Amino acid sequence: MIEELLQPKNLWFLAQGLGVTLIISVGSLFLSFMFGTTLGVFRHSGSKPWAKAAGLYVEVVRNIPNLLFILGVRFLTPLPPLVAAIVAFTIFTTAAVAEIVRGGLNSIPKGQWEAARSQGFSSLGILVHVVLPQALRNMVPPLMSQAITVIKDTSFVWVVGIEELTGKGMILMGMYATLPQVFTLFGLLAATYFAVNFGLARWSRAVKART
Amino acid sequence: MNPGPFALFKWEAAVAEWPVFAIGLGTTALVSVLALVLSLALGLAFGMAGAAKAKGLRAPARVYVEFFQNTPLVIQIFFLYNGLPYAGLVLPVLAVGVLGVGIYHGAYVAEIVRAGIAAVPLGQKEAAASQGFNAWQTMVHVVLPQTRKVVLPPLTNQAVFLIKNTSVLAMVAGGDLMYHADSWAAGNLYYGPAYVITGLLYLALCLPLSRWVRKMEKRTAVLA
Repeated sequence: MIEELLQPKNLWFLAQGLGVTLIISVGSLFLSFMFGTTLGVFRHSGSKPWAKAAGLYVEVVRNIPNLLFILGVRFLTPLPPLVAAIVAFTIFTTAAVAEIVRGGLNSIPKGQWEAARSQGFSSLGILVHVVLPQALRNMVPPLMSQAITVIKDTSFVWVVGIEELTGKGMILMGMYATLPQVFTLFGLLAATYFAVNFGLARWSRAVKART
Repeated sequence: MNPGPFALFKWEAAVAEWPVFAIGLGTTALVSVLALVLSLALGLAFGMAGAAKAKGLRAPARVYVEFFQNTPLVIQIFFLYNGLPYAGLVLPVLAVGVLGVGIYHGAYVAEIVRAGIAAVPLGQKEAAASQGFNAWQTMVHVVLPQTRKVVLPPLTNQAVFLIKNTSVLAMVAGGDLMYHADSWAAGNLYYGPAYVITGLLYLALCLPLSRWVRKMEKRTAVLA
């Protein structure tokens, strides 16, 4: 019975779902990192209007469930499902990354800015060559846990019918509906997510220990 | 002509049928409060176990935290809702929400509590021991009270995450705010106002908590 569930065809079916999970995760994490860093730098820049705007974005987005962005982008825009999912995750995760970047920038002493300025660096030059490289080191652990959150939360997009890992699992569950099969399937899904995320967490701890 | 997703008559319909949103909001609030209580209880127990010297206490705490922090809440909720009935255990959907969300966030609370305990200087424990406190009394009367300032901001942050995550109940027809808004919109296709109103209601629940955390963090930053 369990052999029937675990036949190569079904494992390949799940692997394709894991592929979709990783595409959404990596795509949205990459975009969120770019937008989030920009917003985080804006927020760090004092009381200028764009700092206020970035702050407003972060406050609003962080206090609304990601599921709402997933539904909203899917049903209120003409984007194809997978793109809509990446956009929704980018909207949400950008706010989280902006907070992490702001925290990272705050952790760098003012003296670093002053020293670099005395050496003739421009503000952007200081940011890119002096402050961000140091801040990045402090940002690795929270960024990694954000990445884990994204990977876990991609399971939300099954709600709009995208067949990522959880979705594929639920489809299989419709075909193999006995107690041992269902429990095996849940175990397999949990173990797959766990392997990916625990591996990431381990790796993040190793990186942190090295710096 | 296509009236657009935010046409006025759709807003009027949403306002006229406000009890739909109110009922959902009530369920979300109820599940959030009960799940928060459960997560605090579990987090306190597993957090203390995780900070203990005995390996027999630390190991199960580690397993609990790692398992629930590294697997999706959706899988856990689906297991409670779709999986357990195969074993003859059918839980009401509200219980699925409270248990699922509570156990999941309990793992995060446990880590906060453990870190809070670790931040209390060892001398405090030694001093308590020298006064004749046993391990349990030391924990309850000396260590835990001192963790309050450290753990309260991250715990409140966790409460915000918890409230947002109760929306996963919508995926098992849980009757929460997200579910009611989405099924209302799926019925009449008035997605625009439904989602905006839902967003504002979640914002109303979460923003005060977030703002409080921000204020506390600023205060400690000034002190430090």
